[in-house]
Amino acid sequence: MFDLDLWREVFQSMNMNKTRTLLSGFTVAFAILLFTLLFGIANGLENTFNGFFKDDATNTIFINSGQTTKPFKGFKAGRKIQFKNEDYQYIKDDYGNKVQYITSRIYKNLPASYKNEKSSYSVRGVHPDHQFLEKTLVYNGRYISEKDIQEKSKVIVIGRLVAEDLFIGEEALGKYINLAGIQYKVVGEYRDDGGDDEERIIYMPLATAQQVYGNNDYVDQINVGYNPAMNYDQALSFSSMLTKQLKKRFNVSPRDQRAIRVRNMAEASKNVNKMTGVLGILILVIGMGTLIAGIVGIANIMIFVVKERTKELGIRKALGAQPKSIVAMIMIEAVLVTAIAGYFGLLLGMGVLELIGDSLKKYFITDPSVSTGLIIGATIILVISGAIAGYLPAKRASKIKPIVALRDD
Amino acid sequence: MLEIKQLHKSYPIGKDKLHVLKGIDLSVQSGELVAIMGSSGSGKSTLLNIIGMLDELDEGTYTLDNVPIVNLNEKKAAQYRNKFLGFIFQSFNLINYKNAVENVALPLYYQGFKRKERMEKAMFHLKKVGLENWAHHLPNELSGGQKQRVAIARALAAEPKLLLADEPTGALDTKTSYEIMDFIQELNDEGKTILIVTHEEDIANMCKRIVRLKDGVIMEDKFVEQVRASQYV
Repeated sequence: MFDLDLWREVFQSMNMNKTRTLLSGFTVAFAILLFTLLFGIANGLENTFNGFFKDDATNTIFINSGQTTKPFKGFKAGRKIQFKNEDYQYIKDDYGNKVQYITSRIYKNLPASYKNEKSSYSVRGVHPDHQFLEKTLVYNGRYISEKDIQEKSKVIVIGRLVAEDLFIGEEALGKYINLAGIQYKVVGEYRDDGGDDEERIIYMPLATAQQVYGNNDYVDQINVGYNPAMNYDQALSFSSMLTKQLKKRFNVSPRDQRAIRVRNMAEASKNVNKMTGVLGILILVIGMGTLIAGIVGIANIMIFVVKERTKELGIRKALGAQPKSIVAMIMIEAVLVTAIAGYFGLLLGMGVLELIGDSLKKYFITDPSVSTGLIIGATIILVISGAIAGYLPAKRASKIKPIVALRDD
Repeated sequence: MLEIKQLHKSYPIGKDKLHVLKGIDLSVQSGELVAIMGSSGSGKSTLLNIIGMLDELDEGTYTLDNVPIVNLNEKKAAQYRNKFLGFIFQSFNLINYKNAVENVALPLYYQGFKRKERMEKAMFHLKKVGLENWAHHLPNELSGGQKQRVAIARALAAEPKLLLADEPTGALDTKTSYEIMDFIQELNDEGKTILIVTHEEDIANMCKRIVRLKDGVIMEDKFVEQVRASQYV
């Protein structure tokens, strides 16, 4: 039931006792401000952790080669292991049913120029599957194709920032970029969620890179995307079997950790999932703690407020106020102050997060923010806690005997 | 109007009990102006609080306007107070963040009157105590005498059957006290039943009947020749 007069009483009491209202409002607003900031920052931390893996598919296995560290089967330690096209083909043929995507990689660092713009970029020779393993998002043109590799075409796919750097305000697609003296046609542009560095890379067909920069069939790295139907344990046993087979193939000691290195993202992502899980619980504990501290603060203030108003409430009772009207008056005031001040604190917190959010990136906090659901939830909790915090003192106030309240002191 | 029989009241003090009222019999007719006198500790304030339903009796009976006042819960007491009684206190007890007319209107709010009606009635009673020009001033902008007149207007606003005044002139100087008493006498002339607790002889003599309490019993109960306060104003 809406009682306009009751609300008028409440507003007058709040308005005429500004210091009291502001003080109690400040406490609530401060608690909620802290709550929002903590939650936002914790969310930012979680975003950072998730972001580490966002730009690559989580079912990826990276295979690198290096020098042997142990003598084996008559070979000396210190021998360099070099992957070739045949190794790529071997994995593709022997593990076809377990492999969803597979690509080789060659790394180069080359000077690039277009008209008067010059810069140096990391260049990767890749297979078409690379697009899916790296989660490259082509927004203009196309990616490297199988045909490019067969024909060893001189085509490239450039990152968004490469296009920005070299083609200032110009359409890049179809133009030619000079990479260390050779002209390549731009056939595609891409985005990548992995950050700026990932958008400053130039992709070209693997075969082209092999022919132009070495005239061999060497490969720096082989990346495998395992069949996503495999669970965590199957994925791990697949990568360890792959390691064993490759070591056998290159006559590397099974205990040699350097010659052939296989990194399975499943392992890392499982650790991160665990980490974010723990972080989530931590966030919850901290958030709830702050909120509870806020509620206790409100309750404290309400007890003080009732104490301060004892005489007034006694007068009201002597004039015929019923207990329930006293309870209603104090509770409405408590809920109103809590809700308004809390909402103010929430807005302030969100504003602060918005302002400082970008400058926190170096502290591993990415995009700190609170979700709409959380805001609604926090507001509801606020109103309820205001009601609870107001009810007990109000109930006590309604039981004050007028004679006690009116005693001169 | 008011009928009290064999009223006992005691307060616990530690393990002992302090017997404050030891069998009071008091009957007040409609239209009387009664002074309840006694030194401090005589039980006069306790008696007034029981009559005012601010406190409960231990033994005896209390009937007000033919309604037996027994087993009052908080809600009922509030209703009866609102319906039967108007209070005037020594320290005025105005709500300091409400202006004069709002203070007067407060009992009407608890009687359920609409805002417009409340304000009209409150203004009417404020006019009666001669303070219509001060209606929108806060209590701390008023003198002691003006505050007490606002308090009287508030007590009258609910149109109670019985006015209870606890040392209404206790915080006022002699001149202002007489002005207030003059006003109380006028109200009585109009037919209001009024009970005044006081320890000042001159104030008591301005009533029509004096009840003297000592150590929790009525020592003397006599009708007196009323001294009109208007001659001192």
